Amino acid sequence: MHDVSPHVVHHGAPTGFIRKHVFSIDHKVIGKQYYALALVAVVVGMVLSWLMRIHLAWTNFAIPGLHFLSSNGAPGNVMTPEYYLQLMTMHGTIMVFFVLTTAPFAAFGNFFLPIQVGAEDMPFPHFNMMSFWVTFVAFLVLVSSFFVGDGPTLGGWTQYAPLSAVGSVAGPGQGMGVVLWAASIGIFCIGQLLGSLNFITTTLDMRTKGMSLMRLPLSAWAWFITSIMGLTAFAVLMPACILLILDHVAGTSFFVPSNLVINDQLQPHTGGSTLLWQHLFWFFGHPEVYIAIIPGLGIVSHVLITNMRRPMLSHRVLIYSFGALAVLSYMVYGHHMFVSGMNPFSSLAFSFPTLVITIPSTIIVLIWLGSLYGSKLRINTASLFALGFVSMFISGGVSGFFLAQPSIDIMLHATYFVVGHFHLVMAVAAIFGIFSGTYFWFPKMAGRMMNETLGKLHFWLTFVGTYCIFMPFHYLGIAGNVRRYQAFVDDYLQPLIPVHKFITVAAVLTGLAQFIFIYNLIYSRFKGAPAPDNPWEATSLEWITATPPPHDNFGGKLPVVYHDPYQYGIEGSSGDYVMQNSPEQIKTAYDEK
Amino acid sequence: MAKIFAVTIVLIAIGSAIPIVMHTWTLPQDISTHGPLIDEQYSDTMAEAGISFLASQFLLAFFIWKFSSPKPGAKIRNFPGGAMGLVIAAFLLVGTEVLALGVFGAKAWASVYFTPPAANALPVQVQAGQFAFYFRYTGPDGKFGPLHADHISEANQNFFGLDPQNDPDSKDDIVTAEMAIPVNREIHLLMHTKDLGHSFFVPELRVQQDFVPGLDLSIHFTATKVGKYEIVCTQLCGLGHYNMKAYLEVKSQEDFDTWMKQQAAAQ
Repeated sequence: MHDVSPHVVHHGAPTGFIRKHVFSIDHKVIGKQYYALALVAVVVGMVLSWLMRIHLAWTNFAIPGLHFLSSNGAPGNVMTPEYYLQLMTMHGTIMVFFVLTTAPFAAFGNFFLPIQVGAEDMPFPHFNMMSFWVTFVAFLVLVSSFFVGDGPTLGGWTQYAPLSAVGSVAGPGQGMGVVLWAASIGIFCIGQLLGSLNFITTTLDMRTKGMSLMRLPLSAWAWFITSIMGLTAFAVLMPACILLILDHVAGTSFFVPSNLVINDQLQPHTGGSTLLWQHLFWFFGHPEVYIAIIPGLGIVSHVLITNMRRPMLSHRVLIYSFGALAVLSYMVYGHHMFVSGMNPFSSLAFSFPTLVITIPSTIIVLIWLGSLYGSKLRINTASLFALGFVSMFISGGVSGFFLAQPSIDIMLHATYFVVGHFHLVMAVAAIFGIFSGTYFWFPKMAGRMMNETLGKLHFWLTFVGTYCIFMPFHYLGIAGNVRRYQAFVDDYLQPLIPVHKFITVAAVLTGLAQFIFIYNLIYSRFKGAPAPDNPWEATSLEWITATPPPHDNFGGKLPVVYHDPYQYGIEGSSGDYVMQNSPEQIKTAYDEK
Repeated sequence: MAKIFAVTIVLIAIGSAIPIVMHTWTLPQDISTHGPLIDEQYSDTMAEAGISFLASQFLLAFFIWKFSSPKPGAKIRNFPGGAMGLVIAAFLLVGTEVLALGVFGAKAWASVYFTPPAANALPVQVQAGQFAFYFRYTGPDGKFGPLHADHISEANQNFFGLDPQNDPDSKDDIVTAEMAIPVNREIHLLMHTKDLGHSFFVPELRVQQDFVPGLDLSIHFTATKVGKYEIVCTQLCGLGHYNMKAYLEVKSQEDFDTWMKQQAAAQ
């Protein structure tokens, strides 16, 4: 029996509107705030992707009203080349930071991690509140670049130097746009660091009696591992952003070498290194891929187990595999730089761990598949999205075999193959994880059920639509279609334009289907059927408390845990499951010794 | 609904694989001596990734089909061999695959990057800048003159920043906007950027290499087929990135010699 004495955080229930709903220190409110921010961000990011896709398929098409967004960027409602790149940069930045990092980790993690470990709140609730509001400010700073000077930066979400570091001489948005971008991301890092500290200490110090580490649900493990990654990865990106800002405002040359001539002007920089930025960025950037996807792995495992009515074949193997992904993710980042001019021996050194990381990924998939075998699978919207996640993760994962090898990367680097790969494996898969988590946890968060019919319609359109969008990306990449082009003027790209048109139609339709989800979310929030405390007959601690949970989560009495988190497929007094806090003596066939 | 979902997964998996199996989508034709190793590596990886993809998706679909409507009173069953069997299978199957791809892939990579250019390789310098490539040949003296950043001027068409008045080696240098090379002769390509990061990508030549500001790099290759190919930039370099291109003409040695004389005369 585990004998940690949890450090209980008591803070009284807020009374005023501001303290209750705006500057709240309640982790549940903060979780919802993160979710709302991610929802706004994903709508903005999706609309940007529509504009980009329409422009790629029909380059001279006038998009009604676009000039209201930027009269310079879209004269006559037709997008200029630089405006395409600016929208593309904002799409990537918003999606990676404010959706894929924010929703699965910060939103769900904030709401459910303290409850799943059996705590009243996180240990530093004021830091927690700050983490959200800092992130919110970061979002405002980023979006403000649409309306400042000559618009947002056009340098892509990776902001490679020296394009990002030499100022407006390099193009529209490369002055103030880059400064705002770097300021936004630097601020975002502060929010993530504060959040990560809270997640780590919550997991290590706040577990209730009986909640050993191995009794934590897989979702809690995923958030815990992700928070450790966040602490180390964002701690590298933040100083990189500061150095980038200094190159702009203080005349330094961290990322700009000597003797650059841009627009016939010899640049006043000396001695910097362009590859330094790439190393710093990708030392963050590749772990970031796993920061986006590991919470999804945890959420999907949690949802699948509940709906398979059985625990995974091995709880521990999944945890160790999540951990292996996290550790290896720091050793593979150089695969983004195979053709960057980095020492070619380094490419081989980065290639091997990149190939090796497929082993824990494969183990995770095999454990999922092996656990599906012999289960009693319940089909609902949450489990459909979880199973869809598995399919996406497989599809996106296998293309990693290609990109892990420098020799093949010669052909596929910077092509649509890469775009297809990362969208499937870490973007769309993560979003499927968010959807799965939403349909699963919405009853607990909002106290009402979501509409299942609308949910399933949303799933079908999204699942099929996603494959229609991203599978052809791989074919385009194989044909040599370079990414980050605003138009396809090269002779060899002309035959590929019909494929882009198909993708655009699929993207617009799939995007429209997301409004079914938003309607369902808003309608169910106010008009959905009242949710029982445990609608899915699940076992972990979030389902033992009231719906929605009270301010202190458990009504003044912390639970005591007696079991592993997933006691399904047994004959308990309440059905085929036993709650984690039930003192009922049970015999399980799945006890891992 | 579960059965429809399972069928959908199978259809998507098969539909995704057909264009690859039928060679509707393949790598562009290869015109390089080092390309066959890359192409072989690509084919091997496609076979292994394709089998993994189809097997996993089919298993997922099959299990969804089979276990979504259990009979009343059915007991939960464990996968034969349990978790440890699957872990061992992952290590054996994927580990072997990874090792094979890693070792043979390293061989392909080494053939490009770990061999020096031949002594008689033809040196060609390529300079990238927003948003054009320029090429330089040594001329009869076999030497490139030095570059002077402060002499670079688009307006004066001094793209490389040469100073032939003071640098004798620059006097016979030949600068062109198009790249021509003789077929079946190794080229030693010296890469320099005057401003930002760019890239040199010729899909048919199986060559992609970034230009790194402040760092001059070189690659070498041999083209095996006469023809005209496109050189494109793959490193985002600004608003005209999409339009940064040049042509590579692979010519017979006679045609190349004639072309070179014409270019020298036009300097």
